[in-house]
Amino acid sequence: MENYDIVVIGGGPAGMAAAVAAREMGIENILLIERDRELGGILQQCIHNGFGLRHFEEDLTGPEFSERYIQRIEELDIPSKLDTMVLNVTENREVVLVNAREGLKAVKAGAIVLAMGCRERARGAINIPGSRPAGVFTAGTAQRLINIEGYMVGKKIMMLGTGDIGLIMARRLTLEGSKVIAVLARKPYPGGLMRNVVQCLYDYDIPLMLQHTVVKILGKDRVRGVLVARTDENSLPIPGTEELYECDTLILSVGLIPENELSLSAGIELDRRTGGPIVNESRETRVPGIFACGNVVHVHDLVDFVVEESEMAGKGAARFVQRSFVQRPVECDDASIALLPGRGLKYVVPQLVNAANVEDRLDLFLRVNRVYGPSYIEVKDGRESIKKVKRPRMNPGEMERVRISRSNIETIKGSNLIVEATEVEG
Amino acid sequence: MSKINREIICIVCPTGCRIHVSGDNPQALSITGNECKRGEEYALKEITDPRRTLITTVQLNHGRLRRLPVRTNVEIPKRSLFPCMEIINRTEVEAPVEVGQVIISDILGTGADIVATRSMTRA
Amino acid sequence: MRTARVADRVGSFFAWGGGRSCSREKTKKVFDVAVIGAGIVGTLIARELSRYRLEVALLDRSNDVANGSTKANSGIIHAGYDAVPGSNKAKFNVLGNPLFDELCDHLDVRFNRIGSLVVAFSERERTAVEQLYERGKTNGVEGLRIIERKELQALEPNLDDTAVCALHAPQAGIIDPWEIAIAAAENAAENGVKLFLNFPVEDIDRRADSYRIIGRDDEIGAHCVINCAGVFADRIHGMVAPPSYEITPRKGQYFVLDKSAGDLVNHVIFQCPTEAGKGVLVTRSVHGNLLVGPDSQVIDDKENLSTTRERLDFVRRNAAKISKEIPFNEVIRSFSGLRATPSTKDFVIEESKEARGFIDVAGIESPGLTAAPAIAHYVRDLLIKIRGGLEEKKEFNPLRRRVIRFMELPDERKNELIRKDPRFGRIICRCEHITEGEIVDAIHRRVGASTVDGVKKRVRPGMGRCQGGFCEPQVLKILARELDKSVTEIVKNERDSYILTGSTKCSEIGRQIHGEL
Repeated sequence: MENYDIVVIGGGPAGMAAAVAAREMGIENILLIERDRELGGILQQCIHNGFGLRHFEEDLTGPEFSERYIQRIEELDIPSKLDTMVLNVTENREVVLVNAREGLKAVKAGAIVLAMGCRERARGAINIPGSRPAGVFTAGTAQRLINIEGYMVGKKIMMLGTGDIGLIMARRLTLEGSKVIAVLARKPYPGGLMRNVVQCLYDYDIPLMLQHTVVKILGKDRVRGVLVARTDENSLPIPGTEELYECDTLILSVGLIPENELSLSAGIELDRRTGGPIVNESRETRVPGIFACGNVVHVHDLVDFVVEESEMAGKGAARFVQRSFVQRPVECDDASIALLPGRGLKYVVPQLVNAANVEDRLDLFLRVNRVYGPSYIEVKDGRESIKKVKRPRMNPGEMERVRISRSNIETIKGSNLIVEATEVEG
Repeated sequence: MSKINREIICIVCPTGCRIHVSGDNPQALSITGNECKRGEEYALKEITDPRRTLITTVQLNHGRLRRLPVRTNVEIPKRSLFPCMEIINRTEVEAPVEVGQVIISDILGTGADIVATRSMTRA
Repeated sequence: MRTARVADRVGSFFAWGGGRSCSREKTKKVFDVAVIGAGIVGTLIARELSRYRLEVALLDRSNDVANGSTKANSGIIHAGYDAVPGSNKAKFNVLGNPLFDELCDHLDVRFNRIGSLVVAFSERERTAVEQLYERGKTNGVEGLRIIERKELQALEPNLDDTAVCALHAPQAGIIDPWEIAIAAAENAAENGVKLFLNFPVEDIDRRADSYRIIGRDDEIGAHCVINCAGVFADRIHGMVAPPSYEITPRKGQYFVLDKSAGDLVNHVIFQCPTEAGKGVLVTRSVHGNLLVGPDSQVIDDKENLSTTRERLDFVRRNAAKISKEIPFNEVIRSFSGLRATPSTKDFVIEESKEARGFIDVAGIESPGLTAAPAIAHYVRDLLIKIRGGLEEKKEFNPLRRRVIRFMELPDERKNELIRKDPRFGRIICRCEHITEGEIVDAIHRRVGASTVDGVKKRVRPGMGRCQGGFCEPQVLKILARELDKSVTEIVKNERDSYILTGSTKCSEIGRQIHGEL
């Protein structure tokens, strides 16, 4: 059986950044596995700009950002298997893969980094009633068809979902000559960044209809229209408010789900709140030697944060192989501090911290569960506040980062830290 | 120029400050609500000469893929977006291509080049 | 590669889909038998008849076989205790059930006798269970047992606490109804049956010794006609004879849950039946998904296949009686199907008295799927009577060429296969791990896939949790390549179900935006 020090599953920005970080730590024998024909992952179809503002301090498109890492992978001579699917990962770090050239084979890894990304929530999962015609697409699939394959998906488009991917696609479709009738949001606020609402909707006079949703799809063989209803304070459709909009296409951007089939096959414990593995400060999962980073852990908004997180995972995997961890959290469970999402928080990553392994600071990534005006995020050790940061506004669509210095971590007495959001009065 | 009184959402960074621009005289406008200087510059530009980056694909022949993603290397006037799309849509590129390669130089006299945002080998 | 035919209009649009006849020349041939309707009943009858020296035509209005009720039902092979004793339903159910082992082996179709439980959720319901037990015995069903609470809980730990007893029928099983219909059609075609798709029957002309069957674009002649037209059977009957029954469409809506929910139950779980029918059931499917449904709703429109919020909510509430543990957050899709409910309340399988040589096989609602193989034998016997005998074909081959199910092969076989054909090393559907080789095979078999849904029905890409999000662009390209068409010509299901409207860079941009103050 072929043996590698580190096997990285997924060759998008997460996998590439982890592989680079591991090589820079001195690990020689790395393998990067990617199921598509080339590296780059989802970035290859995200042809818009806005990537790398933090990481490279440049305004790059997805492919440009991806190309930087592809070049680095080549410079560092990190081997990759393309067009290769991983079928199984075991707890003792065997990876079963298959491709046309080599067939089915198993390889053994000193450590594994899971970087499989996420998938889109489909129409069936949100149960939009009606007929089941052609012409219903998720935004990412439409993006792939348009940007990579070069085909148009429709002429008159209704879009449901105002996450960034939906907003970006509204603009893309318009530029390529389709008419986007409207973009609908169940909630009273858009899911994506305001700058995207401006650049993608306002710029093109595309109506943004907040508190609306699609309640029925019409059309026998191809979409011929949708029924749109207003939603109430619980984001549920209000009966009697249905209006018919004629269109030939419905595009959905209604959520992303971390793709953890392989994680489950390896017996990795997932966090219900993120949909991804429970990880510690080094991004190690609860199975020793298996690390995870990127959208497979929690859905990110900025690739810059993906890369930061993936570097942690790559370094962590390297340390595992080099046996240079100060303290192995999975074996010393009592030494780990749990990070719990408290009031106002949907989730916090990492979920566990082994203080001895934190170098100069610990970054917490979190999402709030509703819109917040001026507020603060607090990290509490029992009654004591060990970190408090102000925010002018927060919403579930924008991931927040809170930094805790090493010195603050050393003062922690309890075994839990609770992270809360509080709105400022007045 | 007539009196200006507009609210603009800044798109320079993810914060998205709501910036208020008002005044009679373009040389002496009141700009408030921005958290940084870049926002002030953006708001002024948005009122006088709004510009955007154009992102699209162009037909690629003999490449591994049918389409090549491209961008303007600098921002172009908003009103040039669709006219530039028409030029780009009539353009064909031959593989291989290098990232950063100029596909169309100084498109429609805007001073912006259309450049490839990825490399692509021949099929 | 041919140049694309680009769609230029929203709305009615003619897309090249099934690739079948669109010629002006009418088929001159007069067949011995024409089977109208390529659902489970029509395909099994056609296959049965292909054993004999007969020229058989199999017609369907749709762009693929198994696109009607056969595509959208519970997929259950019933034990036979439910049907009224003495009825055709009872007779053919009990005759049909044991035939599935050999049939599925010959056709290489997955079938699993997991058994069924009709559960009483109160002592009051116990009488219903006992009645079904007695009825089952009268109908000749073997192995029935009434099991009590303790054993029931051991067999089905996720069943609601209120369950007191159940009728256990070990004969019941699960199957993919469209898989067996497609397999039967393929085997029938291999044995000489001529398939005519996109052939909606618009009229039938009764002549001296034959029928002229008039479709939209073509016509054929046949000495005998077998009417397996599902919800439209009464309409077809009315073309040759005065009405003797009416078919009312009865819609049923379902949820399909992710495979992670598949082991919630180990048997097909029924509630006690009411007048409306067998009620909402919960079962695993033969692929490991969980199926919840159907409701029962009489409708007017024979083409109305919409799901509705109200009825899906009803299914969800009603299913909770069976188990509170059903993980509805794991739903990957919902669908609806129509039952062909006959006014006679029983299967109509007989030669028409007014129209000699015209055989109705109508009103085949539940337990129609189970009954289908037995119905096929009976119809053959009817034909023997009509024709005075049938000559067997020595060259008839009952075996369908084995389907390669890559993930089910042992590893050495997988590697052998990839060495011979590297397309088996390329996984296209990541949810179900389906390879390019399997998709290509499904396209090139007789009665092969020519649409995205056709590929889905035969080899499953699109049935998984991503519902085609990842694989559909790939499936489109593979179909285009294998069928020598442009990607924009590939459709989802029927010929008008276009997916792509053209290439980018081809449309005109009519709008300008203004950057003025």
